Amino acid sequence: MNKPLRRIALFCGLLVLALLIRDNWLQYVKADELRTDTDNRRVAIERYATPRGDIIVDGKAITGHAETTTGDFKYKRTYKNGAMWAPVTGFVSQSYGANQLESIEDGILTGNDDRLFFRNTLDMITGKAKEGGNVVTTLNAAAQKAAYEGLAKRGKGAVVALEPSTGKILALASYPSYDPGTIAGGGDSDAEAWKKLDKKNNPDDPMLNRALREVYPPGSTFKVVTAAAALENGLYSDADEKTKSPLPWVMTGTRTELKNEGNIPCENATMRVALQWSCNTVFGKIGADLGNDKMLEEAKKFGFDEEQFTPVRSSASVFSDDMEPSQVALSSIGQYNTAATPLQMAMVASAVANDGKLMKPYMVDELQAPNLDTIAKNDPAELSQPLSPENAQVLQSMMETVVEKGTGTTAQIGNGVTVGGKTGTAQHGENNSKNPYAWFISYAKLADGSKPVAVAVVVEDESAVRENISGSGLAAPIAKSVMEAVINSKK
Amino acid sequence: MSSTTNSPTHHTSTIGSIGTPSRRNTELALLVFAVVIPVFAYANVGLAINDELPAGLLGYGLGLGLLAGVGHLAVRKFAPYADPLLLPLATLLNGLGLVAIWRLDQSKLLQQIGQAGGKATNQLIYTALGIALFIAVLVFLKDHRTLQRYTYISMVGALFLLLLPLVPGLGADITYGAKIWIQVGSFTIQPGEFAKIVLAVFFAGYLMVKRDALALASRRFMGLYLPRGRDLGPIIVVWMISILILVFETDLGTSLLFFGMFIIMLYVATERTSWIVFGLLMSAAGAVGVASFEPHVQTRVQAWLDPMHEYLLSRNGSNDGIVHSEQAMQALWAFGSGGTLGTGWGQGHSELIRFAANSDFILATFGEELGLAGVMAILLIYGLIVERGIRTSLAARDPFGKLLAVGLSGAFALQVFVVAGGVMGLIPLTGMTMPFLAYGGSSVIANWALIGILIRISDTARRPAPAPAPNPDAEMTQVVRPS
Repeated sequence: MNKPLRRIALFCGLLVLALLIRDNWLQYVKADELRTDTDNRRVAIERYATPRGDIIVDGKAITGHAETTTGDFKYKRTYKNGAMWAPVTGFVSQSYGANQLESIEDGILTGNDDRLFFRNTLDMITGKAKEGGNVVTTLNAAAQKAAYEGLAKRGKGAVVALEPSTGKILALASYPSYDPGTIAGGGDSDAEAWKKLDKKNNPDDPMLNRALREVYPPGSTFKVVTAAAALENGLYSDADEKTKSPLPWVMTGTRTELKNEGNIPCENATMRVALQWSCNTVFGKIGADLGNDKMLEEAKKFGFDEEQFTPVRSSASVFSDDMEPSQVALSSIGQYNTAATPLQMAMVASAVANDGKLMKPYMVDELQAPNLDTIAKNDPAELSQPLSPENAQVLQSMMETVVEKGTGTTAQIGNGVTVGGKTGTAQHGENNSKNPYAWFISYAKLADGSKPVAVAVVVEDESAVRENISGSGLAAPIAKSVMEAVINSKK
Repeated sequence: MSSTTNSPTHHTSTIGSIGTPSRRNTELALLVFAVVIPVFAYANVGLAINDELPAGLLGYGLGLGLLAGVGHLAVRKFAPYADPLLLPLATLLNGLGLVAIWRLDQSKLLQQIGQAGGKATNQLIYTALGIALFIAVLVFLKDHRTLQRYTYISMVGALFLLLLPLVPGLGADITYGAKIWIQVGSFTIQPGEFAKIVLAVFFAGYLMVKRDALALASRRFMGLYLPRGRDLGPIIVVWMISILILVFETDLGTSLLFFGMFIIMLYVATERTSWIVFGLLMSAAGAVGVASFEPHVQTRVQAWLDPMHEYLLSRNGSNDGIVHSEQAMQALWAFGSGGTLGTGWGQGHSELIRFAANSDFILATFGEELGLAGVMAILLIYGLIVERGIRTSLAARDPFGKLLAVGLSGAFALQVFVVAGGVMGLIPLTGMTMPFLAYGGSSVIANWALIGILIRISDTARRPAPAPAPNPDAEMTQVVRPS
């Protein structure tokens, strides 16, 4: 019986060997794949095991963390004035993942980023607990507050403020907003809040970041781009040169007259006067005269038809290709297919204010290690040059006229601060049946010639009486208070 | 491997046994390690989870030490020539199992779903009962050949135990699908664990008597010795019982274990390879046949082939009326997250396995917290127990002892393979417990009895042969020699 016994011994040995091989396969060959599998809850547990780093504005954290009492996630995110800052921070939730800045800079905030690897290893050896790094933003708390509170008074809308010389985002507000703190945890109340915020249950869609992700017809504010195209292409070389603009003007290739709003002096008006009173006929004809290609080229130089990464992605604004001349005319006054994010229109104002140079908009100034060492710093970068400095100054003087004695007088600041701007009232809906959007884009110039802020405001107040909606009445006061906030915080 | 040439040597022992040292002191030294290692592990869990030495450390250390000491004394007294490795290895596994169970007791998640909390204390009581049964085996089973007398009673007993979970009102459906438990009052018992031993006694007794008939009376066909029809009878019966277990108790593991044990013992008894071929064919046919209509078995196979899909079905719900379980995938994640060296005691998240985390799936906790290194060590310990058991079988001087020892060792090996292989995703998952490591009274008590029997057989095998009796013939020759 001993021969088969020895074979059974061998067989049992092979069984154990098979288990050993399988174990090596699982715990050595496949280990990393299994360990980092996103469905493996340990990934999430580890992520919430250490306090998350903070997002910082003006040297103060706008986020925090709290220890949870239930479940296997130790810490959850908290937000200070969450609704106001939501378009900047996005959210990070134990149940619903993360978005925007919280998601993009997750590696730094959790401390898992490769750039922190050496430090983490050192901490592990010295027995220090792992910590997350900080994200320092370019935002300006006073400007953000002015923007958010201004919108809260007026209804739905968005504000973007930029520093023209660098592209730093100073304010990024969207209304209605939501408090990301209400969905940060993993409990029932978080689930309930999440359900309430869902677009399906909430027509206001508070989680939509209107400043970056919603495109609106820009209306008359787009005339700034059209004016820039006219100057750059030499159609008209000066603000005070009479344009060839008949009134009424029948759009090229059609029998339809392009109308102006009210009885305004638009016949053969100079571009200054046309911008001052927002003449559709003048700028519509400029667009038709320049043609689709030249208009598109100029719009693209301002950033149209391209997503921006701030690093939070913005939707691409639209200026169409392959249009009939009449469609180009309509597009050139910000109607037809033309659509822009509030960020895009702020970039337009910013490029004009910065003497024609468009800076890449960004909101992360630097990334910090847990001990506040700088890991990475963002430097201002030039995106394009839509205007020559001379033409930019011509356009500036036109925009300053708008605020001084045109449609934008409500944005005047005084005290030696000159404001250049442009109103817009964009029609939308079928046959323009819905309430128009009120726009205002502007920049502020201080006595010393510096221009610390450019801003774009859009208000989409559905409940307001139609006649009352105009860039001047609704949007310009918000732009004004944001510019004042930036100027005051510089003092 | 013709049996005719081998049969004359059957009754001679192969291992020289005269003057064998008892090795009791070796056993004692090893036992010290087997107690100290779990005590350190226990302290480690406390430090990792609560930053302090666990309050029960002294009690636990003394308890385990006392049990091991009493076990050792019993061996020293009643089985002085027994194999010195079996007791320390079983003690080590039992101790580590207690630590892992205690570690999972600390999990709030498992406490919430009633899978943890005070389980380690229960397990320590079960261990004490197990050691008591172990000692009882040594004290009352003076010679393992006594068991031979109970061959057919064992058969009836084993069948009774196996079919017990099917009795209405007694069977407890507490695990996902498999009906291998009975409920008596507040206790749940897995009769299959005891049936394993009783069945081994029956097979050993039966095969010892029938092996010549089975081995010799066969026709040669295509290089294989085919058994006669009437000799096939008992094999068919065992096979049918396995299939019945599979169909009615829906437990692939138990079924495979019993049939596999029978084939091993049959092969050892008859030395006929053809039996193995038959066995494999029949088990394959049985498994495939049952799997073709039994949804529970199908689910297990699918979970094995694609655990991630099964996980998602379990998470997102399915409307096919079958209970899907995420355990298979959770166990794989636990192993993978442990990596080479593991997270360290108390720092893993194997509680995510939830149901049966401290019993069927306890190896995953070792995988995560002790890593590849720890699991390999544990698998090698199991391998050592099995090989010591087979060595005992080799050394045994009587065919009954040989068959019983190899049957028990083989069943032990198959059980470890089926459970560990299932948890690690090598084969489909079945509901069985890791011997000694897993939480569960039936398992611990039955396995201590198993070790007790192996120790008894090895003691008999290694005991110095009695001094040769004076040969009456020699004396007579001397008497008639002329002086």
